[in-house]
Amino acid sequence: MSEKRHGQLGLSDEQALSMYRYMLLARKIDERMWLLNRAGKIPFVISCQGQEAIQVGSTFALDREKDWLCPYYRDLGMVLVFGQNAKDQMLSAFAKAEEPNSGGRQMPGHYGDHRYRILTGSSPVTTQVLHAVGIAYAGKLEQKDHVVLTSCGEGSSNQGDFHEACNFAGVHNLPVIFLVENNQYAISVPISKQVAGGDIYKRADGYGFPGIKVDGNDPLAVYEAMKTAVERARNGEGPTLIEAVSYRLVPHSSDDDDRSYRTRDEVDEAKKKDSLVSYREYLIAQGLLTDDVEERMNKEVAQEVDEATEYAEQAPYPETSETYTHVYAE
Amino acid sequence: MPVISYIDAVTLALKEEMKRDERVFVLGEDVGVRGGVFRTTAGLHEEFGEDRVLDTPLTESAIAGVAIGAAAYGMRPVAEMQFADFIMPAFNQIVSEAAKIRYRSNGTFSAPLVIRAPYGGGVHGALYHSQSVEKLFTGVPGLKIVMPSTPYDVKGLLKAAIRDEDPVLFFEHKRCYRLIKGEVPVEDYTLPIGKADVKREGTDVTVISYGLTLHFALQAAEELDKEGISVHVLDLRTLVPLDKEAILEATAKTGKVLVIHEDNQTGGFGGEVASVIAEEAFFELDAPIKRLCGPDVPAMPYSPPLEKEFMLNKEKVTTAIRELAAF
Repeated sequence: MSEKRHGQLGLSDEQALSMYRYMLLARKIDERMWLLNRAGKIPFVISCQGQEAIQVGSTFALDREKDWLCPYYRDLGMVLVFGQNAKDQMLSAFAKAEEPNSGGRQMPGHYGDHRYRILTGSSPVTTQVLHAVGIAYAGKLEQKDHVVLTSCGEGSSNQGDFHEACNFAGVHNLPVIFLVENNQYAISVPISKQVAGGDIYKRADGYGFPGIKVDGNDPLAVYEAMKTAVERARNGEGPTLIEAVSYRLVPHSSDDDDRSYRTRDEVDEAKKKDSLVSYREYLIAQGLLTDDVEERMNKEVAQEVDEATEYAEQAPYPETSETYTHVYAE
Repeated sequence: MPVISYIDAVTLALKEEMKRDERVFVLGEDVGVRGGVFRTTAGLHEEFGEDRVLDTPLTESAIAGVAIGAAAYGMRPVAEMQFADFIMPAFNQIVSEAAKIRYRSNGTFSAPLVIRAPYGGGVHGALYHSQSVEKLFTGVPGLKIVMPSTPYDVKGLLKAAIRDEDPVLFFEHKRCYRLIKGEVPVEDYTLPIGKADVKREGTDVTVISYGLTLHFALQAAEELDKEGISVHVLDLRTLVPLDKEAILEATAKTGKVLVIHEDNQTGGFGGEVASVIAEEAFFELDAPIKRLCGPDVPAMPYSPPLEKEFMLNKEKVTTAIRELAAF
């Protein structure tokens, strides 16, 4: 990475370091969840590992006071930037009552938090991209200037709802950013068998708005693309499709075994491009991530994850009577 | 009180609610400049502008999904499916999303939208412009399902649906649109969702129905009255939430119950009504509960004799009531 790229993008040194801290926190929370799962303490994990740069780089370009997120189940980095914390994630992993997404009703990764304008999501993929268009349209009706970021995987981008949403947003020139996090696998099926032509960003041509492909292992590249997209959206110039390419470093979920469909060599090769490694090197080269700063950061993050885990493990489950609440307005 | 048609009651309710609340907007295929293929949104585009009377691309899933997003944000969208038959591409959005948003967010988000859809046959609409689709949704908690039969009920219930905090499927029988007329107050009123309505008092046989077939029951009741058979007619108006109390009361009135709907019998909502009666009013019964429904064939055929064979009518209903009365 070249010198002072973050400065050229308008990011302060503090912001550049803060991006790394969010990426690190997301990674450490995720790694802890796998440990808890393998120890039999939590039933399920679905990971952000390999996509932290996309999630953190993109959300840093948004206004965290008014913009909206319609994320998908890997977007741990995004929801952390928007306001959720390690405790929220661990409460979700342990399915405890206090868990902010759903009160323990949904699997982990099904984010939703009214406090931070993160719309509740489901498991059928890509339904949220249409909701993002709806939130953008509501903003148009109310003459607000919020931008909506919605994300999905490259496999999910083949769903009809993705096309319907891009087309609708294109026709009405709405402030939506479609972010496809291309981690190259939809469970076991590689991109070559998922996406005709191999490129998702090119589809934007057909919708009449810009499409851009970025290195999803580079948070600054993602930030740069997003910044342009956000400015366009905020200025009433319409949607943008961003395809950010990275690699899913772990199996699809705790119930998957990726050894049956990809080689260890391939995964090891991808790990060399891991954003946590390359962005760390950039910050060290910039003189920002000194030994002292890193040691303190690692310690703080470890402590946050430890305390969150301990808290969540002790926290009460929902009362069984909660099975019957919130079916209709009460 | 002015007499207006069922379809005009739809338009009037939309217009009044759009005037009352700026958050209300209409979206669907051809709802704008054209005023809807049935003309249910006629005049709204001129009055409220293209942003609030939105012609969408031809994409049912998007119509539902965009409405859900806007509703979760805080708007009050009224989405139109041009025909109930075409609601299938939106099924995932309605069932996986709208119905579950409140529950899955622990009550922190909701989806207060209305999805209107013209349903039902008798208009030469063939397989894909005639279906009754309510049974596909009645078993999905989180949705409310309203199926009015009269202009008065249309206006009051559509206004209530728009003001409701939860997603409402509002099914309008398209044969009723111009056939059924009735008195509708000019002033603002709503009717409670979840309340059935006794449309005729009687003592010999109880008919429980909704939509177009409710009118066949009323016509049959008129004729059977001359034969000395007194028919009690209960209009469910809302399938979900179901007014069980009204069903049990109507059952106790006569001890003989005929449930009628145009949707086909197997898995149809009549089975749920019959179950409620069997479980909670068995000892009130003097005869087996009977159902008169559309036949168990995939959909309504086009050719007139076949369509007629599929459709219920006054004669079929009269015969069924007469048989039950004689039991």
